[in-house]
Order: sequence, then structure tokens, then C-alpha cells
Amino acid sequence: MSQAPNSPATKIRWSNVCKRFGDKTVLNGLNLEAKEGRSLVVIGGSGTGKSVLLKCALGLLAPDKGRVEIDGKAVKAGRHDDPGIAQIGMLFQSGALFDSLPVWENVAFRLIQHDKVKRSDAKARAIAALGQVELGADAGEKFPNELSGGMLKRAALARAIVSKPKILFFDEPTTGLDPITADVINHLIRQQVSELGATAVSITHDMASMRVIADDVAMIDQGEIRWQGELSTIDACENERVRAFITAGQHG
Amino acid sequence: MSIIFYPFQATGRAVLGFLRALGAISLFGAQALWAILIPPYYPGQLIRQMFRIGYLSLPVVGLTALFTGAALALNIYTGGSRFNAEQFVPNIVALGIVRELGPVIAAIMIAGRVSSGIAAEIGAMRATEQIDALHTLATDPVRYLIAPRVLAGLLVLPPLVVIADIIGIMGGFMVGTLRLDFVGAIYIQNTWDILEPFDVISGLIKAGVFGVLLTLMGCYHGFNAQGGAQGVGRATTDAMVSAAVLIIAANFLLTSAFV
Ligand SMILES: Nc1ncnc2c1ncn2[C@@H]1O[C@H](COP(=O)(O)OP(=O)(O)OP(=O)(O)O)[C@@H](O)[C@H]1O
Ligand SMILES: [Mg+2]
Repeated sequence: MSQAPNSPATKIRWSNVCKRFGDKTVLNGLNLEAKEGRSLVVIGGSGTGKSVLLKCALGLLAPDKGRVEIDGKAVKAGRHDDPGIAQIGMLFQSGALFDSLPVWENVAFRLIQHDKVKRSDAKARAIAALGQVELGADAGEKFPNELSGGMLKRAALARAIVSKPKILFFDEPTTGLDPITADVINHLIRQQVSELGATAVSITHDMASMRVIADDVAMIDQGEIRWQGELSTIDACENERVRAFITAGQHG
Repeated sequence: MSIIFYPFQATGRAVLGFLRALGAISLFGAQALWAILIPPYYPGQLIRQMFRIGYLSLPVVGLTALFTGAALALNIYTGGSRFNAEQFVPNIVALGIVRELGPVIAAIMIAGRVSSGIAAEIGAMRATEQIDALHTLATDPVRYLIAPRVLAGLLVLPPLVVIADIIGIMGGFMVGTLRLDFVGAIYIQNTWDILEPFDVISGLIKAGVFGVLLTLMGCYHGFNAQGGAQGVGRATTDAMVSAAVLIIAANFLLTSAFV
């Protein structure tokens, strides 16, 4: 791929990443780049290793081979204080809210525990972030097990963005949301990138969402990136798997 | 051929597995110790855990200590009367409770409550990616989850054992005065005379060690739980059983060191 003269720097680079569980190879020499200040969407079939891809960059899983670099430095697995990993705000596919804390404290967790923001200020910021995902202050007072699936997802999204991280990972941000709320979330993600200059990597099965969120798209299949390009080029793409993916469900 | 070697292979595998687990637990314990000693600390978490491990264990510890002391007094009376030594009931009850049964009974009961509870809680956090989430929120899970629990176990067990000692001796006293015709004042005087400071101190040292062991087992098994709800169930059982076995074994080692 040739570099355009003013193309943004690479923020995250997966180089030859291999990861297997037992005798099942999930990532098989995967190469991928996320450009600074742009939004990358990764698509691909269920169980193809999209979540594993993010977890390797977060240092939650150590690649068997290859490495992930953030700002040109290889991330160290298992280190929460790695300067690369510390820049990332993560929305887990499952939400992963702490069920021992009320929702607002979940959202404010990093502000209170790490950034040492005063509790009352942190609460105000948490409630503002909940507002951005269309959750009221009353939802903030509840515990995670009192929320619906879609509300959990949105609360988890608020937790990921509240500290304005430089890198955002969203693992299926709109799954389980109604189309109107999904639209709000899509625009919120877009805004994080366009207005706040974050670098975003999102995983989605939702093609409508992809078209709103993405600057760049990558398609993962059999442990490798099969296709990568700007969103505007995806409809002209001739790769059959990609075509199948973006046209599936359009006939109904 | 293989059938002849099977027992050796199985034993070998078990020994290797045990050594591996021992290594992993030691490493985990060292990480926890490091996190206890070096900031940042989470005092709110520590207070919450001290309340849960200590205060909420009072009823079960008190009840078991009471009945243990009472039964001990009866047994010593029966045994002592065979060679006319019934009068030593208060002394032996006091020594037995303070040096041995108080710490062991309290620790085993708390292991049943707390080790399994910790393993279930942390195991569920592992299964639902909450531990991964801590990591992505720039928080060290060992500091936030493990260190406060282990430190709480260390701090809370000694006072609980003091309470167990007092209630256990009271159980012996009740049986002694109500059923065995001891005079209350003499019973108390004998108890007081026999106990030396080191009897109590050795019991408290045991308590601290047991407190670390039982919380560490809960944390270790929960933290390493794998495979969803089933894995959490396994972690819970493993935590309780390993805590109980370690407490009994450590008790023997400490007693040998103290005599
Ligand atoms: N911790 C793990 N232990 C064992 N196998 C795992 C683990 N994590 C993921 N896998 C396996 O790796 C493969 C890829 O998992 P991953 O969660 O990345 O899929 P995905 O692409 O995110 O799928 P989906 O779209 O359904 O979320 C799956 O087959 C899964 O079984
Ligand atoms: Mg996934």
C-alpha cells in the first residue's frame, strides 16, 4: 500500500500476530494498522477472533507470536500501567460492569481511582456521560443487575468514553439496541473521533452502523485480514467474502 | 506394561501438578504481599472486607467456640476421672482452647464462609470480564481485589480468635459449673493461673497465618477460575478444601515450632 503525502501516523499496529487456544488457531499472522485520529471498523464472521484481536492490543492476551505496537512501542501483556494500554478506553462485548458498584460509580471508576478526581466532580462527569448515551441520572443510581441489556451496553460505553481516552475500542457497540438508540450511539462514536480526535477501533456486525462509524474498514477471516480499505471503496470491492458480508440481509 | 507403571505415572503427575500449583500460589502470594506493602492502597476496600470477613463471621465463630469449649470440658472430665484428675478441667480447657482449638475452629469456620465466598465473587468477576475491565481502567486487579482481602484476613483473624477463646472458655465454664459441680470462682482462678502470655500469643500468631491462608486460597482459586459458572463452582470448592487442609497442616507446623 502506498502512503498518501499527508496520511495520518499509525497509532496501533498489529504485526504478524498469532494466537491459538489449544489446537485451535484463532489469529494466524494477522497484520493491521489503526491510523491516528481515524475510525477503523473490523468486520468478520462470528468466532473469527475479533474480540481476541482487541484483547491482544489491551494486553489481556499475550500473542503467541508477533506483537502489537501502540505509538511504535510494543505493548506488554498483563501491564495495566503500560503507556500504550493506559490510553485505551474499552467497551467490552459483554459490558463487564462491576456488579458491586452502582452504575455511576462504574462510569466514574477510572476518574476516582486513577485520575484522583474529587468524588462529587467525578459523579457529575459520570452523569453527563450517561446523558450522552441517553441514560438518566436515575439509571446512574441503580446497580448493573437492575438494568436491561441495552442499558448495560450504553452504561459500559459511557464508562469507556468518560475519561476522554486517546484510543477507543468498541466491541459491538450497537448490539442489542433499538435502531433509534443505535443511531445515537453511532453518532456519539463518530463524534469521539471527529471532534475529540480519538483513534477508534470498533467491531460490528451491523452494516448500517459501520457506514456511520467507519473511516476505514478491515475484514477478518481465518485469522488474517482479508481486505482493508477506506469505507468509500468498500462497495467497489471485489473480494467475495466482503461482498457477501455487506450485501447479506439486504434482500429481506 | 503400562498398567504396571500406571500408579507411578499417576503419582508422578500428581506430584508435578502439586509442585506447579505450589509455585503458582507462591507467586500469587508474593504479588499480593507486594501490593499490600507498596502504594497505591484502597482503604475503602480494606474496611469493607474487614467488615465482611470479621464482623459478619462473629455469630458462627461464637457458636462453634461455645459448643467446642463445652464438649471439651465434658471429655476432659470423663478422661480425667479415670485417674482422679477431674480437677484439671479448667486448666486443660483453657490451654486447649487458647493454644489449639480456638484458632483452628475459628479459622476452619471462617474458611467455610469466607474462602468460598471470595472464590465465588472473584471467580464470577473473572467469568464476566470484570477483572479484565479493571485492567483497562488503569487499575491493578491484584491491588484492588486481592491485597485488601488478604490484609483483612491477617488483621481480622486475631481479634476473632480472642473472642473465640473467651467464648470457648465460657462454654467450658458453663458445663463445669452447671453440670460438673465446679465452684465458679475457683474455675476462673484456675483458668487465669494456668495461662501464660505465650499461650495467647502463639494462638494469635496462628490466627494471623490462618487469616492469610484462607483469604489467599479464596483469591487464588477465584482469580484463576476458568470456564463460566461451572468453573466458579469448582473454584469455590477448591478454595474451601485447600484452605482447610492448609490450616490444619500449618497448625501442626506452628505447634511444633512453639512447643
Ligand atoms: N479465553 C479463551 N480461551 C479459549 N478460547 C477462546 C478464548 N477466547 C476466545 N476463544 C476462541 O477464539 C475464537 C475467537 O473468539 P472471539 O471472541 O475473538 O470471536 P469474535 O470474532 O469476537 O466473535 P463474535 O462476533 O461472536 O463476538 C473463538 O473460537 C473462541 O472460542
Ligand atoms: Mg467478539
